[in-house]
Amino acid sequence: MADTDTPILELRGVSKAFGPVQALEEADFEVRPGEVMALVGDNGAGKSTLIKCVAGIYSIDSGEVLFEGRPVHIHGPKDAGRLGIEVVYQDLALCDNLDVVQNMYLGREVHDLLRRLKEAEMEHHTAKTLKSLSVTTIRSIRLAVASLSGGQRQSVAVARAVMWNSRVVILDEPTAALGVAQTRQVLDLVKRLATQGLSVVLVSHNLHDIFEVANRITVLRLGRNVGVYERAQTTQQKIVEAITAGVPTKVPSVAETAPA
Amino acid sequence: MTTVEAQTAQAQPAAEEEPEGIGELVRDRLRRFRAGEVGSLPVIVGLVAITIFFSLKDSTFLTATNFNNVIIQMAGMTTIAIGVVFVLLLGEIDLSIGYVSGVGGVTVALLQQPDTSYQIAGLLAILVAVAVGALIGAFQGSFVALLGVPSFVVTLAGLLAWQGGILQALGTQGVITIQDTTVSNVSNYYFSDRWGWGLAAGAGLLYTAAVLGGVVSRRRAGVRIKNGWLIALRVVLVAGICFFIVAVCNRGGGVPFAGVMIAVLLVFWTYIAKRTLFGRHVYAVGGNAEAARRAGINVKRIRIIVFMISSAMAALGGVVFAAQITSVDLSAGGGTILLDAISAAVIGGTSLFGGRGEIKNALLGAALISAIANGINTVQYSDAIKFIVTGAILLAAVTLDTVLRRRQAAAGR
Repeated sequence: MADTDTPILELRGVSKAFGPVQALEEADFEVRPGEVMALVGDNGAGKSTLIKCVAGIYSIDSGEVLFEGRPVHIHGPKDAGRLGIEVVYQDLALCDNLDVVQNMYLGREVHDLLRRLKEAEMEHHTAKTLKSLSVTTIRSIRLAVASLSGGQRQSVAVARAVMWNSRVVILDEPTAALGVAQTRQVLDLVKRLATQGLSVVLVSHNLHDIFEVANRITVLRLGRNVGVYERAQTTQQKIVEAITAGVPTKVPSVAETAPA
Repeated sequence: MTTVEAQTAQAQPAAEEEPEGIGELVRDRLRRFRAGEVGSLPVIVGLVAITIFFSLKDSTFLTATNFNNVIIQMAGMTTIAIGVVFVLLLGEIDLSIGYVSGVGGVTVALLQQPDTSYQIAGLLAILVAVAVGALIGAFQGSFVALLGVPSFVVTLAGLLAWQGGILQALGTQGVITIQDTTVSNVSNYYFSDRWGWGLAAGAGLLYTAAVLGGVVSRRRAGVRIKNGWLIALRVVLVAGICFFIVAVCNRGGGVPFAGVMIAVLLVFWTYIAKRTLFGRHVYAVGGNAEAARRAGINVKRIRIIVFMISSAMAALGGVVFAAQITSVDLSAGGGTILLDAISAAVIGGTSLFGGRGEIKNALLGAALISAIANGINTVQYSDAIKFIVTGAILLAAVTLDTVLRRRQAAAGR
């Protein structure tokens, strides 16, 4: 990865408070094209707040959000969607009673002027998308999502996020509820997304998973960025130290090089 | 390549898994059955059992004339139950439907009264009654969707208030007879034999056209098409059933208009529920309202429209009831109308937990309840037996739904 790459998404000095609670304080964050950026931190470090600010669920109090180097204002999930930012939340937001195709197109169904659904077209594209992501364990895309395994459900949610020409996919704890084989399934999927040129933000507690797929790791502590680490040049030990006792770096440009 | 990657590479591609032949179809159904997707099977088994039981008890039960009777008797309940299915799909409830149906009946009765300044034509009066129902639904639905008041309470208030409304409207007269022929024809008109055959042919042709249209659009989109013979078999079967029903009705005095009406309502609302954007969003909101909201679906709008459908269909059902006895009185909308309609939807297989159910459940459930009521009358058991049996079947249906839900959740692979 060339260091000269402009980040596709960048947050500069972003703050967000809920009443007296300062959830994010002058936090910096960036992710480059085709990179898997892990976002780690203890409970209450501000990970969720940060991704919700990017997703347009919360508005930021101060600071700057840049998309491909241009300042942008994200006021709602639709703004984020227009930029190509998709979030897969921990609860996956799938409708259990609907089948895979119906979930993939939830809220964006293809229809004609009479608002009739174009079922065949949606089915065709769903099959294509899943195939391109090598999601091959789903027996039928006309099966209700309720009958899929945890890993398959996660795959459907991720596939839905990337189907819409998205550029940045944010995954919130994608492996938290999964077994070993299914975790593998999802991690492979994350790697494939990055290979296809998408930027992935991976929020996780599991350092083992992170060290397997992430290119870089951003550590948040008490709402501040306490370091960005190149995976190849750090250890789990160092990350744990940063999570529990990291000191915020005041100057953003220092954060880039702090770890080495 | 790790072992897991090797496994996934060997696995089947994520292409669609359509049943290829009869054997495959049976296996597919069996698999779904084990996974808790039993479809309409329990109701159909129940209907067959009831039919056998009562026809053994009394030879007049299984006759063409009585078949027509059951159709007329179930028409109102089916109409109301279709609206109930929509409300249940959202995981909500509408307790006002009984008296809203009464309001529908009273509205029509008032408007068709001869020699009044506000008398209007029968068909127009029916449309006004349905519109009044839709307005009531919009009012009640707004409380649920916009203010978040539980639908149970909103519609319970509606149950009381609309009952009051009926008493107020009929207060001085007590009874209004339906003299307008258009209105009373809703439950009392029978098509001639020739018209009946024409209707059967029309229905068969429409179904064939719809199936062919589906095949063409799938081919255009490059999606694999199901076994051609199976499709042909289904078309022949559906057309055969249409002609069989008409043949029976014709022997019993002709196809009743009410029967044609519920068939049209059934097809129309099934189309809305299964093939349109709105219907898809109803299922989505019922399955996971939060997911639907995040996906950009206007959940509030969907909720209000569903309550409008529920009340409008209830009002139309009220018109059917009024036409059936050619009058409305102070008891309009009362009695077992509310509970019968909700029971019909639930017994037919619609889940009380939201997201699962089909419009045809209304028809199947209403058929079951009406067949029981009719049979118990025929063999002259008391009403006590009727209530007890209907109650037992309702309990069985809800228990089945609860158990199947658990099994479906456990069937995850």
